[in-house]
Amino acid sequence: MTEQKQIWVFIEHTDGKIADVSLELTGKARELGDQLGHEVVGILCGHNVDDLAQEVIQHGADRVILADDPELALYRTLPYARVAIAEARARKPEIFLIGGTPNGRDFAPRVASALRCGLTADCTDLQIGDYYVKKEDKTYKDLLFQIRPAFGGNLIATIVNPHTRPQMATVREGVMRKPAADAARKGVVEKIAPAFEPGDFALEVLSRQVRKSTVKLKDAAVIVSGGAGVATAEEFALLRDLANLLGGEVGASRAAVDAGMIDRAHQVGQTGTTVRPRLYIAAGISGAIQHRAGMDQSSKIIAINTDPNAPMFQIAHYRIIGDVGEVLPMIIKTLRERSLGASDVADSTERDAE
Amino acid sequence: MTDSRPIHSVVLVKQVPDTHNVTGDVMTKDGTMNRNALPAIFNPEDLNALEMALEIKDRFGGTVTVITMGPPKAANILRESLFRGADKVILLTDRKFAGADTLATSVVLQKAVQKLGQFDLVLCGRQAIDGDTAQVGPQTAEKLGIPQITYAESIIDIADGKITAQRALDSGSEIVRCTLPCLLTVVGSANTPRPASVRRQMARKLSATPNEYAALRTQWPEFETDEQLEAYLVANDLKIAVWTADDIGATEGSIGLAGSPTQVHKINFVVLESTESKTISPTPEAIAAMVAELVHEYIVG
Repeated sequence: MTEQKQIWVFIEHTDGKIADVSLELTGKARELGDQLGHEVVGILCGHNVDDLAQEVIQHGADRVILADDPELALYRTLPYARVAIAEARARKPEIFLIGGTPNGRDFAPRVASALRCGLTADCTDLQIGDYYVKKEDKTYKDLLFQIRPAFGGNLIATIVNPHTRPQMATVREGVMRKPAADAARKGVVEKIAPAFEPGDFALEVLSRQVRKSTVKLKDAAVIVSGGAGVATAEEFALLRDLANLLGGEVGASRAAVDAGMIDRAHQVGQTGTTVRPRLYIAAGISGAIQHRAGMDQSSKIIAINTDPNAPMFQIAHYRIIGDVGEVLPMIIKTLRERSLGASDVADSTERDAE
Repeated sequence: MTDSRPIHSVVLVKQVPDTHNVTGDVMTKDGTMNRNALPAIFNPEDLNALEMALEIKDRFGGTVTVITMGPPKAANILRESLFRGADKVILLTDRKFAGADTLATSVVLQKAVQKLGQFDLVLCGRQAIDGDTAQVGPQTAEKLGIPQITYAESIIDIADGKITAQRALDSGSEIVRCTLPCLLTVVGSANTPRPASVRRQMARKLSATPNEYAALRTQWPEFETDEQLEAYLVANDLKIAVWTADDIGATEGSIGLAGSPTQVHKINFVVLESTESKTISPTPEAIAAMVAELVHEYIVG
C-alpha cells in the first residue's frame, strides 16, 4: 500500500498490443495526476505481458499493477473484474479510467456495481473541480468532472461522484490525445497473484475472430463523407486524414462508391447506412434525397461544394462554397494546430466561465 | 445427445424519449428543452432483446416475462411486448425510483428479477438511446451474482445448462459459452424484431395497470366500478402487475436519487439551429473560426 493517492487506468490489450485508448487515458491520467499530486497506476491483466507494462510506464504511468495468469490471457468479465475489485478495495484509488470499447463497457459497470461507486460512460472531457452540495452545505474539493453528451447528444452534462470512490469513467478511443512514449521513463511494476473463485470461470471464450477492416458508421460521432466532387484518390485520402483527426469514420455517397473510390460498406444513405453523428462533413456531395435521408439527423452538417445550388446546402449548418481539395487541407491544418495544445488553456477557461 | 429444456427468460426494457428524432421544436432557441414534444418509444435495442427471447422460446420452449421500471405510462411498452409475444409483464413504478442513475436502477431490477424467482436468462438491450451508457445490464448481472454476455448478436445453442452465443465487438466477434443463469445485453444487429401480431393485439389490448382503470372505464362504460373492471381483467389474465419499492423489498437509501452515487453538477444545452446556416468563406481564417465554434459547442473536441 502506498500513502499517495492513486489514479487508475484499465489497460486493455489484444494480441500483444495495447489498445490506443488505454494509452490515451494513461496520458490523461498523467495530466490529472500532475495536477493533483496523485500516482498514476496502470491495471494490467494478462499472461506474459511484462513488456506491455513497460509501455504503459513509458506513456505516463508511475506504477503498473500486473496480474499475470493463464486464466487472464483473453479478456473475460469475471476474472478481470475479480482482480480490479480486489485491488480497488485494498488500495482505494480516487479515480479509475476505462476505455469505452465493448470490453471496457463490459468491465467498468461490473466493477462499479461491485464497488457501489459511480460510473459515467463515454466522457468527452475530464476536468478537476470543486463541487458544492447545498443540502450538506459542504464543498467537495478536487472532484473529477465527468463531462459527456446526454440525451442523444442534445445536451452536455457534467457528472460528479462526491461520496463514492473510485470516481469511474469510460472514454471512447480518440477523445484524448495519446502521449508520445518516453523510453527513459521509469516506474514500478508490481506483480500480484489473483485469487480467483470457481464461479469466475462460468464463461469460456471458444473462438475469436478479428475483422481486418471495420467500418463503424452507425455509431460514429463524426463522419467525413465524400461524393462525386472528390475527384482524385489524393483528395479521398484527405477525407481519411480528417476523419482520423476527428476520431471519426469515412463515409461516402453512392456516386463515390460507384466510381470505385471506396468500398460500399462506407455508403451513407437510404441504400447504405443511416447515420446520426454529432458532426457530418459532406465533401463534394450534391445531396440527393436518398443520401440526405440517411444523414439529415446529424447534429451539425458542414457541406463543401463548388456548386452553390447543391441541395446539400439546404440542410447544412455550415456552407462552404469551394473546392474540396482546397478546403479540406485548411480544416486539417486548423485542427492540427489546435491539437498542438496552445489553444486548449484558453478553451477550458472559456468553458468554466459558462 | 444434449439435453435441452424450456428456457425461462426475463427481458428488461425501457421506455425512452425518441432522442434520435430531436427537432427544432424540442430544443428551443433559449436552450431549454420541451420534453413533451418528444414521443416516448420502446428503446430500440430492448426490442432486439425481446425478439431474441421470443426466438429462444420458439426454439426451446419456456416463457418470456418483460419488466420495465418507469412512470405509469411505461405500461405502453409492456402492452407492446404482450402484442409481440410476451407471456407476462410487470411494471415497476414508484416515486421512490425517480432520479435513479444506472447503479440505483440496477438495484431495482435485481430485486424485481429475484422476486420473480426462477429464471434461466435475463436479456436487455445493449444500451438505451436516452443515456447510451450500456451500464444497467452488467450492473444488474453483478447484483444478481450471475455472469454476463454483453454485445450478444446471436444465440448458437442452449444445451446442458449452458448457452453458446456470439458477441459483436468493434474489432470482430467472439463465440463464448456460459453457464445458466446469465444475463445477455443484445445489440441492434442481432435480429429484426417481429411486429405485433393482430391476433395477440385483439386479445390483449385491454391489458391495463390499476392506474389505467379510470381511463379504460371511459371507453368501456359497461364496467361501472374499478372493482368490476378489475374482476374482468383478472379473470381474463389482462391485469398488468405493478410492483412498488415495498413490493420488491428495496430500501430507500439504495434506490432513486438517494441510491445514486453520480450527481449532475450542471447541464449545458447544445442549441440546435437547424434552420440557421452560415456561409463560410473558403479562407484559412474563416475555417479556423468555424472550427473554434465547433470546439466551443463540443461538436469536436
